[in-house]
Amino acid sequence: MSMDVLLQQIANGLVVGSVYALVALGYTMVYGILQLINFAHGEIVMIGALTALVTANGLLSAGLPSVLALIISIFVAMVVCAISGVLIERIAYRPLRNAPRLAPLITAIGVSILLQQIAILVFGRNYFSFPELIDKTPIQIGAITVTMNEIVIVVTSVALMAGLIWLVHRTKIGTAMRATAENQKVAGLMGIDINKIIGITFAIGSALGAVAGVMVASNYGQAHYYMGFMLGLKAFTAAVMGGIGNLWGAMIGGLILGLVENVGLIFVRGDYKDIFAFIVLVAVLIFRPQGLVGEKVAERA
Amino acid sequence: MTAMLDIKKLEVAYGGIRAIKGIDFHVKEGELVTLIGANGAGKSSTLRALSGLVKPAGGTVTYKGKDITGVPSHALVGLGIALCPEGRGVFARLSVHENLLMGAYARNDKAQIAVDVDEIYTMIPRLKERNFQMAGTLSGGEQQMLAIGRAMLAQPKLLMLDEPSMGLAPLMVEKIFEIIRLIAKRNTTILLIEQNAQLALEHADRGYVLESGEITLQGDAKVLLADPRVKAAYLGG
Ligand SMILES: Nc1ncnc2c1ncn2[C@@H]1O[C@H](COP(=O)(O)OP(=O)(O)OP(=O)(O)O)[C@@H](O)[C@H]1O
Ligand SMILES: [Mg+2]
Repeated sequence: MSMDVLLQQIANGLVVGSVYALVALGYTMVYGILQLINFAHGEIVMIGALTALVTANGLLSAGLPSVLALIISIFVAMVVCAISGVLIERIAYRPLRNAPRLAPLITAIGVSILLQQIAILVFGRNYFSFPELIDKTPIQIGAITVTMNEIVIVVTSVALMAGLIWLVHRTKIGTAMRATAENQKVAGLMGIDINKIIGITFAIGSALGAVAGVMVASNYGQAHYYMGFMLGLKAFTAAVMGGIGNLWGAMIGGLILGLVENVGLIFVRGDYKDIFAFIVLVAVLIFRPQGLVGEKVAERA
Repeated sequence: MTAMLDIKKLEVAYGGIRAIKGIDFHVKEGELVTLIGANGAGKSSTLRALSGLVKPAGGTVTYKGKDITGVPSHALVGLGIALCPEGRGVFARLSVHENLLMGAYARNDKAQIAVDVDEIYTMIPRLKERNFQMAGTLSGGEQQMLAIGRAMLAQPKLLMLDEPSMGLAPLMVEKIFEIIRLIAKRNTTILLIEQNAQLALEHADRGYVLESGEITLQGDAKVLLADPRVKAAYLGG
């Protein structure tokens, strides 16, 4: 194995990993506040990609430059996904807020299937090719080859993650999100409308998922109704690996997963790529069930 | 003068079990009223019903002439009601400072909030020394101080405290009651729930005794303190 191959795979891993990280944040934020695994989150990513696809195609045929088409279609996808996320919480999860935990979990699986079926009704089972909005001609940097598209993916992910960390740790609404995640009843006593905070959490997580959807679609040049499934599963794996409920955990878990998958490709055939995610998950669950960054603060009476 | 807080025929039920069986009591503006009772008497249930944490099974809660029965807890803060819950309920993974800021969540006067936070730090210097520490690392007594300070940042007209002395060493209990005294002096009306009948009655203007969901005695705190029935049941003879 040559050093160059390794470096190249690390670069590829960072690209994929930053997408996993964005999606994993959606899982971890919802889990942190509701202790619910929102299995429909993968489908939110798919909705984001397909929404952006339709929007971008429309804008391009109207003659807009591709940069503008990209920005507007990402924005539209974020709004559509944020609204979808809020509606899913409002309609499917909120009535089950006090139900046994299995009920919302099964509902989440149901919502996931429902969204796939809706996507089939609207778009069919076809694979759509996603327009090339950012230049994909290879750029040589030392030994590795990347595209502008990939650079934009990594930079955007890092910026969004930094923004999220700032929001959650430095703003009033973010502090209220953490307070609500810790104790909804007491948060209510502070005057925090916890339903509003939960709604905001879904909106933000879903908007990040939308961006991730556009990234994946533009990177592979295609989008389809089923694209959220494997991506969602891997991002969920990343979130669990990092320590579900923990923002840093989701980000680190996503990056590690992307790296492991791509570096692993050096050793085995591409068909087996998806296996790595689950090997890593099992290993983490055995040796560090709370996740890599899973923290425990003593709570005294 | 009509009471600031007026409770009529309040009932609380869990499933089929009635924990509060139709009680009446009131708190006048500026008063410190205590509700005392043994474990399981229904003290916390009463407070939960007042603060929107459980829906009363019956009766009415009137605050400043307005019916607030069943109003959700987050809407009460704006009306000037704050509850310091049983078991303190500090946000363990938020810093002391962030906990205090959450107390002021419903307010928008940023500059005045900063002044008020400083005032709490002056009143309770221990919190200042630990302002960037996570609240979960504080001792029980410090957490109680934080919970009270946090409730005060809502600028309540009516402060309700659920067993602030619970599980604390005598010296710490003294400190907590000192803080309560300071708050009472600043024209905050207080409803104090306590199992420590002696201390509660010593500090209160009036008191109510709650037994198995019913009020069995009420009156002037000094009179209750001398009442042989209270002495026998709550003051160790
Ligand atoms: N969530 C609940 N579900 C069922 N029963 C409850 C619930 N909360 C309280 N109870 C019951 O209601 C009664 C009153 O409880 P409550 O917590 O109000 O008592 P308390 O006076 O605050 O006691 P303590 O001094 O121990 O805090 C008890 O018999 C208790 O078992
Ligand atoms: Mg109690």
